[in-house]
Amino acid sequence: MNQLDEQERLKHFLTIEGLSRALLTEVLDTAERFSPVGERAVKNVPLLRGKTVVNLFFEPSTRTRTTFELAAKRLSADIINLNIAASATTKGESLTDTLRTLEAMQCDMFVVRHQNSGAAAFIAKKVAPHISVINAGDGRYQHPTQAMLDMFTIRRVKQNFNDLIVAIVGDITHSRVARSEIQALSTLGVAEIRVVGPKTLIPDKIEALGAQVFNDIETGIAGADVVIMLRLQQERMNSPLLPSAQEYFQSYGLTEQRLKLADKNAIVMHPGPINRGIEIDSAVADGPQSVILNQVVHGIAVRMAVMSLVIGAHAAGTN
Amino acid sequence: MHLCLAGARVIDPATGTDKCTNVYIKGTRIVRVGRAPQGFTPDQTICLEGQILAPGFIELGAHLREPGFEYKATIASECRAAASSGFTSVCCTPDTMPVIDNASVVEHIKQRAHTARAARVLYLGALTHGLQGDVLAEMRALKDSGCVAVTNADCAIRDTAVLRHALAYAASCGLTVFLHPIDYWLNRDGKMHEGAVSTRLGIPGIPEAEEIIAVNRDLTLVEETGVRAHFCRLSSARAISLIKRARRAGLPVTADVALSNLLFIDRDVGSFDPNYHLRPPLREARDRRHLRAAIKKRDVDAICGNHEPHDADAKAMPFSLSAPGISSLDTFVPALLSLVEQGAFDLNTAIAAVSQAPNDILGLSGGALTCDSPADICVFDPSQKWTVSKDTLDSAGKNTPFLNQTMRGKVTLTVIGGRIVHNTND
Repeated sequence: MNQLDEQERLKHFLTIEGLSRALLTEVLDTAERFSPVGERAVKNVPLLRGKTVVNLFFEPSTRTRTTFELAAKRLSADIINLNIAASATTKGESLTDTLRTLEAMQCDMFVVRHQNSGAAAFIAKKVAPHISVINAGDGRYQHPTQAMLDMFTIRRVKQNFNDLIVAIVGDITHSRVARSEIQALSTLGVAEIRVVGPKTLIPDKIEALGAQVFNDIETGIAGADVVIMLRLQQERMNSPLLPSAQEYFQSYGLTEQRLKLADKNAIVMHPGPINRGIEIDSAVADGPQSVILNQVVHGIAVRMAVMSLVIGAHAAGTN
Repeated sequence: MHLCLAGARVIDPATGTDKCTNVYIKGTRIVRVGRAPQGFTPDQTICLEGQILAPGFIELGAHLREPGFEYKATIASECRAAASSGFTSVCCTPDTMPVIDNASVVEHIKQRAHTARAARVLYLGALTHGLQGDVLAEMRALKDSGCVAVTNADCAIRDTAVLRHALAYAASCGLTVFLHPIDYWLNRDGKMHEGAVSTRLGIPGIPEAEEIIAVNRDLTLVEETGVRAHFCRLSSARAISLIKRARRAGLPVTADVALSNLLFIDRDVGSFDPNYHLRPPLREARDRRHLRAAIKKRDVDAICGNHEPHDADAKAMPFSLSAPGISSLDTFVPALLSLVEQGAFDLNTAIAAVSQAPNDILGLSGGALTCDSPADICVFDPSQKWTVSKDTLDSAGKNTPFLNQTMRGKVTLTVIGGRIVHNTND
């Protein structure tokens, strides 16, 4: 997937797949530099002044869209939110035509969320060469900025990745977050990546991505330094995949008691929004080991970093 | 018209011929392979030295798109593409709009094919009304109007009871059924083979079990109803072994594989290339190896182009939203030759799998270069190089993974019923 320019710098940010450790580290380091901006009285920097960013959301989202919007504003860019699900495509306009129309409005960056795997890469291939595309989640394939904000959060607490055991618990099959995280963790050198869930929610041959499969949570999180709980989508409960939310919580819900099986300094993460009492107990979500709210804060800095990096690549290219 | 095709390497698997010689045609028939019949004075002699002459190819499943999808392709465009690609006959699938489930649609296509004056069209009628899988199609009428077989194409019949009745009814009509072994429920959401690649890309998968279950179900029903059955587009190693076992047990079923499944595997989907979005899906390297071996050992009879031309918009989409299929006619010969070159099977086997075998599956009288057989002939230059581009493709469908590639092997002459329909020789 072509997301790098001739100098091997980010032109788009579509997937973690194929990115080097150095590049992922650069994203994290840049985010670290942006982090204090949000704590200042004047919460913006003029890096993207005069640039227009379009949040192109073919699928509803609150938190990802909002943090992208906030990140763009803190970089002084103009931002437009387009909810395409309720817009042109329902009138029969093709995706390509929608892109052409937006291009004609002189935009510089598309932040794309789409229900189909590979859609962000498809769009990146279609748009004019001066436009950068950031993937804000495509189907089951990737959610690379979520993975990077999780890596940022882990690094903040654990300092380095090398000796860590990370367990990702829940619906791996339908999770773009899990795919991006596994690849990011693996590239950053994590010692052991585990995926935990019932066979109905673990995709075929996930081991090829470098993860070990556990079908029960007790062994799956035993000794883990990081436990990442995934959201269980409403439509997966009471389906051929799972009998009920209650049974899921009984088998895979993260309770205080189960968390004791992990390393005593383990952190608990969740990409949100949380289903309390389904994948995670409130006592854990709000407990001392939870870094769930930190993830949200870090999301803004990481997205500022990604936006500035992809635009920076162009600025250098055009000067 | 007296025609002499001179000096080509003549390969006819039906008679075991493989030598450089002449083929003599009088009117619509072949009169001699070898020395000229006494008193034969050709009106035209075409010198074909260095080229290969074979029985005309027969395509077992081409989507001609007309009526109903003329924005993708037409009978005229695809019959011309077929003829210039060495196909003398093409079976058209019934998934048109309206569906080929009654005699009047057959008549309509017949007229169109007649005016195209290119490859001969053979009609595959629908097994169920509208391919909906609920009500049987008027199979007797379809047979009377000239359909060579009936099929539900790749529209899976969900209700096994309907499938069982449809096969029994086809058997009583004396019709061959083309079966696409698909389990509706396991196939429904899938867009590619389920495995490491679909997991990496997050594309909903079609498990191997889908095909295995369907082949087992269909074999059981074929045995019970006694229908003459042909299995279309097998894609997995395990499906092949099921067919092998059934044949060994004496069940007279035939089978084909799509050329794409002999060429490509799921890994070729790479980064969501919609040109590799196919039905049945591309499976794994092991499957491809077994499919190739099955052709080599004749455990699978035929190779099918599975020609599916599409308009540009149908492929200009993210992978899962794109329409499945390859426009395969134009590149068929060079792609087949590349498999011979790679040692998948020999040239004679390859030619048998696209001429004699489909002829026999359809119960036709051609597929061979014998005296008095119809003069359906294909000649190709195995060394001629050409670049695949939108302009060099005759099919209206430009959806091929070979676009912008240079390929070796080009059809230079196609004779259908004694008439030259394509000729690039001097």
